[in-house]
Amino acid sequence: METDALTLTGINALYGDSHVLHDVSFTVSAGRVLALLGRNGAGKTTCMSAIVGFLPPRAGEIRLFGETITHLSPEVISRKGIGFVPQGRRVFPTLTVRENLLVAQQNRSGIDKPWTLERVCELFPRLQERLAQHAGSLSGGEQQMLAIGRALMGNPRLLLMDEPSEGLAPLIVAEVGRTIARLKSEGQSIVLVEQNIKLAFDLADDCVMLNTGRVVFAGTAAEARGNAALIIQHLGVY
Amino acid sequence: MQFWIIQTLNSLALGGLLFLLSAGFSLIFGLMRIANLTHGALFMLGAYIGVTILKFVPNLWLAAVLAGLVVALLGALLERFILRALAGNALGQVLVTLGFAFIIADFCLVMWGGDPIPVSTPEYLRLPLIVAGVPFPSYRLAVIGIAIVTAVALYLLMERTRLGAMIRAGVDDMQMARAVGIPVSKLFTLVFALGAALAGAGGVIGGPILSAYPGLDADMLPLALIVVILGGVGSLVGAFAGSFIIGFIYTFGTALLPDLAYVILFLPMIVVIAFRPRGLFGRQTA
Repeated sequence: METDALTLTGINALYGDSHVLHDVSFTVSAGRVLALLGRNGAGKTTCMSAIVGFLPPRAGEIRLFGETITHLSPEVISRKGIGFVPQGRRVFPTLTVRENLLVAQQNRSGIDKPWTLERVCELFPRLQERLAQHAGSLSGGEQQMLAIGRALMGNPRLLLMDEPSEGLAPLIVAEVGRTIARLKSEGQSIVLVEQNIKLAFDLADDCVMLNTGRVVFAGTAAEARGNAALIIQHLGVY
Repeated sequence: MQFWIIQTLNSLALGGLLFLLSAGFSLIFGLMRIANLTHGALFMLGAYIGVTILKFVPNLWLAAVLAGLVVALLGALLERFILRALAGNALGQVLVTLGFAFIIADFCLVMWGGDPIPVSTPEYLRLPLIVAGVPFPSYRLAVIGIAIVTAVALYLLMERTRLGAMIRAGVDDMQMARAVGIPVSKLFTLVFALGAALAGAGGVIGGPILSAYPGLDADMLPLALIVVILGGVGSLVGAFAGSFIIGFIYTFGTALLPDLAYVILFLPMIVVIAFRPRGLFGRQTA
């Protein structure tokens, strides 16, 4: 039986007086990758902020594997099992790579193969070479790998990734893509926010599109991919 | 010659005391983004509590530890129940710490009166240490030693433990630290209590040099502020360097140019802010 990893129901979020999310509802199924797409300013990152607890929604409910997390603090939400790879990576610049990973380590019961420093280094061999280096001195691609590794160290039940390919060289984008594919094959539930539509469609099982803070499409990635009119209307690209 | 040696030792001893005061101040400032204006009052409260403990237990070091614990408890309560309630309101938090500074100052005045209370130097540190015919005040040497040991211990805590890394992660990016599950709220209480403990213990250790008197809080707080601005907010190395720089400037400034002591004190701070706004050892990314 398919379970729901994450359910958003009627989420309304505001920055000051500006109403950014209007009744946003969608569901992420366990073990699947959901691409959250939309133009700049459509509300994708705000959606992430609402889920991780940075911007508690004004109305609506967010459930993680059936448990409501709507008004919990970010640290508690993280401990409930949401891993977050933020836009712009946001590694801790003055900490070493090793410290960046270790401070984020969380043990979760009922996991066969928990993420450890060794496993993250095996996933990203380049981090292994730079363990003692300050994260602020890494290249953008390495910082992205570190941000992903840091989120994995929390052994997340659901991984949120906000534009992991942003600002990276094509080779690194491909490596990030392979990593996401591998995580997916290991059964990791993922929400992927991407401007790189091709990457998103290659990886995603399901797709939600936002436009001006409203859900305008929710279905499988295959459906979305085949609907050029939808893509042009809401993403403005092809 | 004697003048220079004594003033140098005085500078180092004051630097050591300032480090005990400003290390916690800097960590709190760096992690919680608030200037804890109670910090000078906690130093003074520690000194007075030490005075009372010394009446019953004539051991300065034990008094410093006990006073540090009492002040740490007060700091933890202040953070947990007052500052936490004002989370997200930095101005409100700073004003509350200022209010508490006044309350503590009045409490000390009521409890211990308005006359300065000297704190006696431990018996075995009263005689100067004579090296090559030059006498060195031994208590001041002991204070310098304590400051260095404290600095090393804090450095190891901050740089070599996971707890320290978590605190530094919070200083780097507090929101992101929360998002990876670091219990930032607990760290706040812990850091606040640790900073208060150092201030309280520092007040007792400073007792034989400064004694306990009304206004000690207002004398120390600006020095801690200058140290932290000079050294860089949230930087332990900065607090250490800044403390000794200010220790020297203040001691020699007062001795050589008493009329200009405060000018000499604030001038380097202004220069540093003008050219290195984040301080000498400040984090260049925030």
